[in-house]
Amino acid sequence: MTDQTSTAPATPAARHAMAAHMLYVCRENPVTAASFVMFAFFILSALIGPYVVPYDPLATNSAIALQAPSLAHPFGTDNLGRDVFSRVIVATRLDLIISVLAVAISFVIGSILGAISGYRGGWIDSVLNRVLDTIMAFPLFVLAMGIVAAMGNSVTNIIIATAIINIPFYARLVRAEVSIRREAGFTLAAKLAGNSDLRVLALHIFPNSLPPMMVQVSLNLGWAILNAAGLSFIGLGVKPPTPEWGIMVAEGANYIISGEWWMALFPGLWLLLAVFTFNLMGDGLRDIVDPRRRT
Amino acid sequence: MTMNRRQFLQAGTAVLSAVPFARSFAAIAAPADQIVVATGQTINSLDLHRTGTNRPSYQIAINCYDRLVTFGTKTLENGDVSFDYSKIEPELAESWTISDDGLAITFKLKPDAVFWDGRKVTAADVKWSFDRAVTVGGFPTTQMRAGGFSRPDQFEAIDAETFLVKLDKPSKLSLPDLAVPVPFVINSEVAKANATAEDPWATEYLHTTPAGSGAYKVARWDSGQQIVFERFDGWVGGPLPKVKRIIQREVPSPATRRALIERGDVQISFDIPDKDAAELASKMTVHSTPIANTIHVVGLNFNFEPFQDANVRKAIAYAIPYEEIFKSAAYGRGAPLWGATEPIEDTVWPRKSPYFTDLDKARELMAASGFANGFEVPLSISTDLATWMEPTALLIQEAVGKIGIKTEIEKIPGANWRTAVLVEKKLPFHLENFGGWLDTPDYYYFWAYLKGNLFNSSNYHNDEVAKLTEETLPMAQDDPQYLPKIKRMFEIAFEDLPRIPLYQPALNVAVNGSGGYEFWFHRQLDLRSLGATEA
Amino acid sequence: MNGRGAAISLRIAQAIPVVIGVIVISFLLTRALPGDPAVQFAGAAATPESIEQVRQSLGLDKPLPEQFIIYVGQLLQGDLGQSVSTGRPVIQELAARLPASLELTLVALILSCAIAIPLGILAATRPGSWVDQLCRLLVTAGVSLPTFFTGLVLIYVFYYLLGIAPSPLGRLDFIYLDPPHVTGFFLIDSLLDGDPATFMGALRQLILPAATLALFTLAPIARMTRTAMLSALGADYIRTARAAGLNRGKILYGYAFRNALLPVVTTLGMVFSFVLGANVLVEKVFAWPGIGSYAVEALVVSDYAAVQGFVLAMALLFVVLNLVIDLAYSIIDPRFGADAK
Repeated sequence: MTDQTSTAPATPAARHAMAAHMLYVCRENPVTAASFVMFAFFILSALIGPYVVPYDPLATNSAIALQAPSLAHPFGTDNLGRDVFSRVIVATRLDLIISVLAVAISFVIGSILGAISGYRGGWIDSVLNRVLDTIMAFPLFVLAMGIVAAMGNSVTNIIIATAIINIPFYARLVRAEVSIRREAGFTLAAKLAGNSDLRVLALHIFPNSLPPMMVQVSLNLGWAILNAAGLSFIGLGVKPPTPEWGIMVAEGANYIISGEWWMALFPGLWLLLAVFTFNLMGDGLRDIVDPRRRT
Repeated sequence: MTMNRRQFLQAGTAVLSAVPFARSFAAIAAPADQIVVATGQTINSLDLHRTGTNRPSYQIAINCYDRLVTFGTKTLENGDVSFDYSKIEPELAESWTISDDGLAITFKLKPDAVFWDGRKVTAADVKWSFDRAVTVGGFPTTQMRAGGFSRPDQFEAIDAETFLVKLDKPSKLSLPDLAVPVPFVINSEVAKANATAEDPWATEYLHTTPAGSGAYKVARWDSGQQIVFERFDGWVGGPLPKVKRIIQREVPSPATRRALIERGDVQISFDIPDKDAAELASKMTVHSTPIANTIHVVGLNFNFEPFQDANVRKAIAYAIPYEEIFKSAAYGRGAPLWGATEPIEDTVWPRKSPYFTDLDKARELMAASGFANGFEVPLSISTDLATWMEPTALLIQEAVGKIGIKTEIEKIPGANWRTAVLVEKKLPFHLENFGGWLDTPDYYYFWAYLKGNLFNSSNYHNDEVAKLTEETLPMAQDDPQYLPKIKRMFEIAFEDLPRIPLYQPALNVAVNGSGGYEFWFHRQLDLRSLGATEA
Repeated sequence: MNGRGAAISLRIAQAIPVVIGVIVISFLLTRALPGDPAVQFAGAAATPESIEQVRQSLGLDKPLPEQFIIYVGQLLQGDLGQSVSTGRPVIQELAARLPASLELTLVALILSCAIAIPLGILAATRPGSWVDQLCRLLVTAGVSLPTFFTGLVLIYVFYYLLGIAPSPLGRLDFIYLDPPHVTGFFLIDSLLDGDPATFMGALRQLILPAATLALFTLAPIARMTRTAMLSALGADYIRTARAAGLNRGKILYGYAFRNALLPVVTTLGMVFSFVLGANVLVEKVFAWPGIGSYAVEALVVSDYAAVQGFVLAMALLFVVLNLVIDLAYSIIDPRFGADAK
């Protein structure tokens, strides 16, 4: 999303146009507008959540373990008597960090690799392609597991593992878009006008790959959290007692059959809402960054 | 509801069996002759002696092979039936005599004992099998050594029905060690026919094809899915089992297993989580037997400086919220091991420690220690054992936080856990769950309190404990020296606290539509007693 | 040689460095795992000597380069090694488990395509309408939930509460015997054997896990169909076709969909390889004896040969899959062949 600014030259007029365009997109598609509101809610939970939740998300109390949702505990309590609502809200920050960072890393690295590969072509292209093929040839979840198992299960390593398995998708997308446009008329024109390769690549070619990338980003933001959840399910997730949606769903899933549905449902619901928001926003962002749709 | 379903199923299978060519079991076996067991464990070999054979696979040795002797059974206070360590009973052996110096045990084999292929079980088979156990290396060899068996020349086949075991020194552990799963008797003719020059003990063959004389034959084994046992009607090791066919299905997800047993689609769910045991107890028969000679403990590593301070160790022992742990991690299953008030007057084991939750006392002890300002330490648990370790660790983390010890919980995955905690012994603050097969305190102390031994994850050493353990290990339990020595060991260990006992865990087995479950020290399902429907 | 043949042989040549890369990385990755397999497999009451014995018998006492050379040497002879935890040759395990995973994944994908592609087309023909929004809502919900969660909820509702689904006990209920092994796919094998009862039994067992996976794969397929159809419908030739007065069905399916198929097939390929590795969690919940759960177990206990064999098998499958996709391209798009790089 940082790259978004590079698509628009930073003059006040252009900024105004950008805002107007955003407004237009939102008005045209109320769902996108709603997704931005939801996103603001998640950001807000991440920022002030830990200060406003009713209970300490780590405080155990075995006297009230596994209680169904009530007024005192709207989302119920878990097996150690911790308040599920507080844990769900507090987890927002960590989950946003994991997903946004993981996706940002793979977005940036993938874009750079893809752009170089697509623009230069030749042996660099071939070598990079084979490297990406190699990563993609791995069963991705097992690769992520292997990386986390080998490096230790910390938040950083979960982010790194998630980023690595997503890099090929971005690189592929960018490469395809760049290699198509490398010989295009507007590229040659920009070059003839005296722009450097880097400038041409960054300002004229790369922005064209943003729309499909945004769809990918929105899907991946959700998958990053699901990936962390999957890792937790087999015991390689974030360290306890840190609240994290994925772990909470993974742990709660074992309580579904015994009737304590709230332990998995509420973090799952939040996870779903977050993925939803990301997905809907992704479509909106695509419309916003699509050069063809800008006037 | 479950009845309806079962009736429906039976009706369904009747229809199916009417279909020509339907490959259906139901046509062969009436439901009463068949039991379905669900388990979360995976059998990875049908040969216990092979390198890499895991614990769940021991049940093949138990159910498909025989040993010379076995333990008797007793009824516990809660009505469950358990093995009885004090009673040794015949299995393949009809009788045995121990020489006056205790150095030779002569076994007479049952004359009518036969292998599955109909051949008579001879002393030569026993010798071959025992030779194998002490030679192949790894776990079987170690376990044999615990009973004083380490070389093939200790075993001798006098004639077809007489087998002699020679010991280097008398030990009370020798005879019981012949009743554990390891010294099982293999059909040596079949094995030798399938042995090769590189593989003289036929480990490749027996790995997939058992050749024994046990009560159940393996009808089919789909690795990672199921194992089907079929009764061997010529078995003489004990009363003929009631059930003809037992199907054991591997179901990794505990939630799925719970659904299966509640619906009545499986008759036995083996080794269920404590929580399920607590909740299912009102709906069906749940056996929760405290596991003999097994203790869940907090390990304090003596290599970690603050834990060399006795006050710190005691402070932790007074800070631990035992009651809450027993409630949240064990759901009240098993036996509490804290808060002993009486002085030690017997050798009951496992036994309660004199410690209990008292935060004020814990704070006083911390203040009196060299670490009054507290310290930081990682608290390590195993991913595989997270069901009990994680809630326990979280409660301990919170409690010791109140006396100034800051912890971070470190979850270590499967293969690395054993390396880190038991072999390298490098985890300062950890949870541990050793259990000994031979049910005596000295055996537990040997493994868990002696420097360098595998389960002494605390790097604890005390000259007196080492000396007492070595002395009591072979000593008979009715020896007048035994009680005072064991008492002294208990006292030192409770004072030094390298391991803080939490509780004695239970093995939970849910039974819905079957009966005859018996608890055994090896924590595997003994199929041979199953069958009678409980009232 | 014609263009197609050349393109395919180029693809195969390109796969060689990938396979080499996979072999090296999987070897290094397994060795980087912190666990010590010798300790793991020495069993419960191991002594330092017995651990050392196990280490030697596993060949782990040799230096890494030597281990690698031995491994590659065995590979060249088609030997994937022996899994220590199951004690069986890895190749045998894979042969037994791969069909189970493939069957599940394929059924799930067919189910998923049957729903997702029409949904995507419907959404693309009416962008912004309520159908479009509903489609978005449905598929996003499917992808937002972890598969093990969906799986357990399905078991809870359809097996535990309602009792309609069969017991979640793997590929076949225990009242059936496995059909004779031909392809390893129970559905096909039972039909070949002329045994409709077993076929139905296998199908019943498949429904819940396949539905779980299908829910998860709806989103990428439906979204890609929608996007591709949108851009195809916006293309000049469609406008021309419309102007020429061709009927709606012909435009939609004859022109637009045919052109939209390319990215859809690509996505399908990606989803397939992703799901085959990721259905680990579904396999666990449904006690499905597949390849994913085998790999996870192997990874957890540091069973090197098993992990390496699994990764290699998946990589080869991926290469083959790409070939199939390329072939599919060349059937869909006759221009294919010139730009295969």
